Amino acid sequence: MIGQTVAAAVGTIAFSLLYNVPKKYYVYCGITGGSGWFLYSLLTRYAGATATEATFFATVLVIVMSRFFAVWERCPVTVFLISGIFPLVPGAGIYWTAYYLVTNELRLALMNGFAALKAAVAIVLGIVLVFEIPYGVFRIKRGGKSRR
Amino acid sequence: MESGEDRAARSKEATVLETAMEAGHILLENGAEIFRVEETMDRICNYFGVPERNFFVLSNGIFTTGGSMPDRRYARVRHIPVKGTQLNKVVAVNQLSREVEEGRYTIEEVWARLEEIRRMPGKTVRMQILASGVGSACFCYLFGGSLADSGAAFAAGLVLYAFVLKVSGPHLSKIMGNLCGGALVTFLCILCYRLGFGDNMNHMIIGSIIPLVPGVPFTNGIRDIADGDYISGAVRLLDAMLVFLCVAIGVGVMFMIYQRVVGGVLL
Repeated sequence: MIGQTVAAAVGTIAFSLLYNVPKKYYVYCGITGGSGWFLYSLLTRYAGATATEATFFATVLVIVMSRFFAVWERCPVTVFLISGIFPLVPGAGIYWTAYYLVTNELRLALMNGFAALKAAVAIVLGIVLVFEIPYGVFRIKRGGKSRR
Repeated sequence: MESGEDRAARSKEATVLETAMEAGHILLENGAEIFRVEETMDRICNYFGVPERNFFVLSNGIFTTGGSMPDRRYARVRHIPVKGTQLNKVVAVNQLSREVEEGRYTIEEVWARLEEIRRMPGKTVRMQILASGVGSACFCYLFGGSLADSGAAFAAGLVLYAFVLKVSGPHLSKIMGNLCGGALVTFLCILCYRLGFGDNMNHMIIGSIIPLVPGVPFTNGIRDIADGDYISGAVRLLDAMLVFLCVAIGVGVMFMIYQRVVGGVLL
């Protein structure tokens, strides 16, 4: 699990590089992506959470961290959010859906398609929920005017 | 006839609105949310004293009217096609708009600064390709692949991004580009697997399609809808869905071809 968390962090950094995130923010992106995945695997393995539930809580963590870093560094939250959410986007679900469609196992295809959709909805809920929190909450120590 | 004073005021207003629009353009083009575009344009106009203005920002265009002269209003429409995301430009414009509010710049300096930001270099082709490879390898490992699988995903990720940058970006439509990208990755992974490199083909493919996943339109679409920008949010989510679908179709098509050629069941 530690190895996977490191892989998530490095992968997140690789994608932030693809999106041209300034160098000084790489570490934050890595931490965000890594902790999102860490929480996800923790919940699915040891807390008996379903993939959907785990995705939701991991998304919430990723976005809380992104918003905190955004206020801390006074830069747009998009910078941390987009790459940080990457490990949670149901890329594997999409793949399995296509795979089972082609191999004519429609039941499995449907199951995986819905699982991917459920994960996507969990991400949507997580994002919407955390952005409802007023941004003053994230203003710790470094005061002053900041944007979300 | 308008007096010289009026003309000067009008041209100043036009300059401010033009500058605000340029800032909005850079933001929108590089993957900022709609509310950020509107807010930044508002801040610039506010600081430089253009009280009468209206912006209507969509995911691929900005409509602006403004100016205090009743019969000589400023009006512009700019079409802004979706381009690659360069978040460093969003960061820079965001920073600039904050500094404008602190009163550090004249309007001409803001314009010059925006031109500088527009010319900010992206990552080199080699770096992007490498990043895609590393990303693919990491995500392959993340989804349960072995080290050998990750190695194959690394290679597939490299080739995929070279293809994205050189072929599908400049020459293919979005639909075709992603379809071919998905197919290409699947082909490479099947090839690696048949040559005996890598343990699990599924993990290899999952890892290497990740660079095609539309993270920016997906997250921004959700956030735009949450902000109440339904049109832009819906368009961005549709964009994301379309890309997801095309990648899946690409993978599926390549599997079907493989089945036909090799015969029998998969794996």
